[in-house]
Amino acid sequence: MISHAHLGWQCLSPDIDSLVLLINDAGIPTKAQNTLQGPAKVVAIDPGFWGKAAAVAAANRVRWCAVWGEHRPPEIRISAALAGRDGHLLLQTLVSDRQGELPSQTPFFPAANRPERYLQDMFGVRFFDHPDQRRWIRHQAWQEGQYPLLKTFPPAGTPQDMTPPDCRYQFIPVEGDGVYEIPVGPVHAGIIEPGHFRFQAMGEDILSLEEHLGYVHKGIEKCAEGRDVRGLVRLAGRVSGDSTVAHTWAACQACEAAVGITLPRRAVVIRAILAERERVANHLGDIGACCNDVGFPFAQAQCSRLRELWQRQNSAVFGHRLLMDVVIPGGVNRDLNVRQIDLLNKAIEQLRLELQDFLPLLYEYPSLQDRLRGTGVLSLKRARSLGVLGFLARASGECWDLRRDAPYAPYDDMVITVPHTLDGDASGRLRIRGDEILVSLDLLEEMLKKLPPGEVALEFPTVQRDCSGIGFVEGWRGEILAFVHLDATGSVSRYFPRDPSWLNWPALEAMMEGVIVPDFPLCNKSVNGSYSGHDL
Amino acid sequence: MFDVLVKIFKTGCLTEKIPPPDKPVIELGLACQKEITRIFGKSMAIRMVDAGSCNGCELEIHALNNGFYDIERFGIHFVASPRHADLLLVTGPVARHMQAALKGTYDATPDPKLVIAMGDCGADGGEFGVSYASCGAVASVIPVDAIIRGCPPSPLQLLQGITELLRRR
Repeated sequence: MISHAHLGWQCLSPDIDSLVLLINDAGIPTKAQNTLQGPAKVVAIDPGFWGKAAAVAAANRVRWCAVWGEHRPPEIRISAALAGRDGHLLLQTLVSDRQGELPSQTPFFPAANRPERYLQDMFGVRFFDHPDQRRWIRHQAWQEGQYPLLKTFPPAGTPQDMTPPDCRYQFIPVEGDGVYEIPVGPVHAGIIEPGHFRFQAMGEDILSLEEHLGYVHKGIEKCAEGRDVRGLVRLAGRVSGDSTVAHTWAACQACEAAVGITLPRRAVVIRAILAERERVANHLGDIGACCNDVGFPFAQAQCSRLRELWQRQNSAVFGHRLLMDVVIPGGVNRDLNVRQIDLLNKAIEQLRLELQDFLPLLYEYPSLQDRLRGTGVLSLKRARSLGVLGFLARASGECWDLRRDAPYAPYDDMVITVPHTLDGDASGRLRIRGDEILVSLDLLEEMLKKLPPGEVALEFPTVQRDCSGIGFVEGWRGEILAFVHLDATGSVSRYFPRDPSWLNWPALEAMMEGVIVPDFPLCNKSVNGSYSGHDL
Repeated sequence: MFDVLVKIFKTGCLTEKIPPPDKPVIELGLACQKEITRIFGKSMAIRMVDAGSCNGCELEIHALNNGFYDIERFGIHFVASPRHADLLLVTGPVARHMQAALKGTYDATPDPKLVIAMGDCGADGGEFGVSYASCGAVASVIPVDAIIRGCPPSPLQLLQGITELLRRR
């Protein structure tokens, strides 16, 4: 159901300036920081107040977005991003790089749980009152006491010839008569990324699910260090291959903000065209895959056909089926001529016609909906408390979309419709994807029609001083945040990509109430968290 | 139900002939001098293992099962267990956290078996290379019989490569 009016709970959040005042009123002094460029306000606070500042934010309906560290010997700077009504606030603090400690934000924001544990594993910082003291991303590839993102840790590490499997992660068991555990993964039965799911089950009923991720940790952040901007953007495009456009766009936004350049309008509009095309392709694929997982292969056959046609056009017009490496620092490396615009428009019209009959057929097909409706329900309350993002949030009634609510060019002069529903089940998540495809097709037509003349790229300037920037993009899964710090030679000192999957994976665990084991693949597919985007 | 049948009828058969590639798609190892078709008979079961990819390769492997490429027409199909597999299709720069799982999957696959390392990452570590977190080429962990490069390789390249391996079109 497409709605035009509702702004979501964040219209009840304070704006960023008021949030800072609220934090001050709670007895926490803040100091404005000016070194980070990009659409976020930055304030420094004392590490002792790290938890308390989060408590103030949580009490005021603020959304928690991310936390990351940067090693600036002999200290580690920790940044946490929060979202208010009109944009993002970054809290920053400094701790020692030798056993630095500070309070956790997890008691106030469950979304901070794994990101803080990730930070602990990578930097050696300790959130001393974190409710979950287990390691997260470190399996057996590096030792306890080693911290890969410290500058003193060599990129090659000191790995063994054969890294042993990680059999020592303590899952939380459920006790009782007839309760058994089902371990699934890391290698999964289908054509899909690896990860581990530990079910506690009784008969067919899932009592609880615990994820153990980190199997595809490739050290992307360490890999980024020392690269030039072009190399960084190429890497960003492979954080999560299905979100290559959105991740490269966010990384470019961060670099471009850092050096202070504004792109020609034509370049940003083409970036948005690429991003919307990526959204359409993924939603088409997911609709088919979800239906396939409940034994309705007709939908898979149709959706994979439509996706294939869409990707072939990506290749013909932009040179890559998945649109990799089209977004570059300073713009895009392809322009559109009149003939190509015409071809794109025809394909949009054709897809819309197809979906006009196809989507209602799915929504009303009884045996399909019997599997989808009421399966994997994520309530609005749960979605809010977990801070979930993107279509997953919107399918539970949490109606937030960066393109409308904290817009970046070129969405800043467009009216963005944000479909949402309160259903919160697999059926709702499917329907929202279908609606978002139709919205994207409208946006694409509008952008193609109003494509301004001009250049499609600026020469990216030579970096001459230490600078840092932040970028935000509404990828097809949800909000992506990218932080980049470039040193005075123009090399990357720090790159942090926050894929929306960080906040969406926990929702899969939360929606298991009433779910039977055979419905798990559908639930997993209906959330479709990125393993690679999460593990980095 | 009727609407579904009408749509299927209207869509028709999409399956395309695979043209021969302009240049060789697959790098065959020495072990591939033998007559693979003879050994594997009329069908091939593939177990796909993601050893750390960004998921781009998986998207293109999924496309192999769509109506246009229809890999199953060659008697090639994807299986859920390495126990049922003739061929392991491996992607990614072998994240160290996946090293043991990849080796375990290889060991669980009965002989005779083949391994294809897919994508630039599978070939030599790609964008991620060798690091504290990644082993690099799939060949550094298990024996590899053939490599199909690309980032990611297209479904057509995959199909051309796999059927070249089997010398069947």
